[in-house]
Amino acid sequence: MTNVAPPLALLAEVTYRCPLQCPYCSNPLELERAKQELDTDTWLRVFDEAADLGVLQVHFSGGEPTARTDLDLLVAGASRFGLYTNLITSGVLLNEAKISALATAGLEHVQLSFQDAEAAGGDRIGGYKGGHEKKIQVAKLVRMAGLPLTLNMVVHRQNLDHLEDMIRLAVDLDAHRVEIAHVQYYGWGLTNRAALMPTRKQVETATAIVDRARERLKGVLVFDYVVPDYYARRPKSCMGGWGRRFLNINPAGKVMPCHAAETIPGLEFESVCDHSLSEIWTSSEAFRRFRGVEWMPEPCRSCDRREIDWGGCRCQALAVTGDAGNTDPACELSPNHHKMLQLAEVESDGPPPAFVYRRMGGAPRQKEAQPARDERL
Amino acid sequence: MTADRTIDENSVPRFVPHMKLKFDEKRQRWMILAPERLFLPDDTALEILRRCDGIATIRTIVDDLTRRFNAPSEVIMNDVRKLVQDFRDKGVLKT
Repeated sequence: MTNVAPPLALLAEVTYRCPLQCPYCSNPLELERAKQELDTDTWLRVFDEAADLGVLQVHFSGGEPTARTDLDLLVAGASRFGLYTNLITSGVLLNEAKISALATAGLEHVQLSFQDAEAAGGDRIGGYKGGHEKKIQVAKLVRMAGLPLTLNMVVHRQNLDHLEDMIRLAVDLDAHRVEIAHVQYYGWGLTNRAALMPTRKQVETATAIVDRARERLKGVLVFDYVVPDYYARRPKSCMGGWGRRFLNINPAGKVMPCHAAETIPGLEFESVCDHSLSEIWTSSEAFRRFRGVEWMPEPCRSCDRREIDWGGCRCQALAVTGDAGNTDPACELSPNHHKMLQLAEVESDGPPPAFVYRRMGGAPRQKEAQPARDERL
Repeated sequence: MTADRTIDENSVPRFVPHMKLKFDEKRQRWMILAPERLFLPDDTALEILRRCDGIATIRTIVDDLTRRFNAPSEVIMNDVRKLVQDFRDKGVLKT
């Protein structure tokens, strides 16, 4: 296994603590407690090992990474090892002093999330009163500190109709890039799928809006558009292929091929506390399980696109078909494709159920359990 | 809201500060690090990009490449403008 190509990027989930409660959060339903977080020195050792292994970029994520008081030390460490540093944040815990400390530490780029175009929707979806206004202030502070800014917009049936205004917000806040990502249905997003699933019409309209805006705003705003899977004909190359490009490390130090991989039963993830990152990347059972093309069933195995989409998303195969080893049902060649399409059509038709907000201990005990109604905040 | 979209021979292309052109020892190749992106320029693109230092004009870059590669200036001018436009649209270069 010495010929495994090195990873390009590391997603460092430094904490699961987060003041927001977005119902599409990709964190696991069972959020680990804060006291199990890796300490500063361990993260620094991990970044050193990551750089040696060939990692080029570190994305500081969570939870809310700025909930950690040592974040500037972590950023400084990663920069020292030559890694390109990116902060993925909700922004609500940031202020001028913290932003300045991060910039001094060598932070290269900030991705700031918005939940909607305006406060009413944004604060309701994020489950955090005053959040939207705070984010606008933080966006301005980020730009004043000379840091480049991407706005991250996760889109779904409850905010897609405001997409034009969301793009306008990105331009007004002097972002250089906007990431418009349709919800991916695992973790809390899967629990809330019926409340989030857009109609096919909404998806088509959104895609047309993005196409037009991308052309109109050339040289002003770069667009990154993550298309939705449920109405797709072909799967995405999820994570660029299992164990090919990305490493994800959770707050407790477990190393995974993607941030949702823990939903897959029967996979054991090794920890940076017990093994070197290089050992885990090249030879751990979890990384080898779906790496390459050997594991593939038909129709993937004999498909011309097997080294383009790498069989799609394992977590989605699990969520929809019950087996992570199946072809991603987003593919129209999958025998389960109709099941996925039908789910989308049924769930997006009719009024959305109430959100199950992401909070520690907030996961429903049974899949059917839903609170009676949505609380407006 | 509108960007100046024309690139002429007096334009001075330079890297946007958070776009990092670097040589990766591990993979033994040049690359541009961008937020959640990696651009892998080919040899021709690299010759042009390495001259985008915020001082040289498009004209200077073209003259330099014309001398170095002994090719028709008009062809090189066309290539350089196209590439600079493309990387500006991608948010890598400013002019």
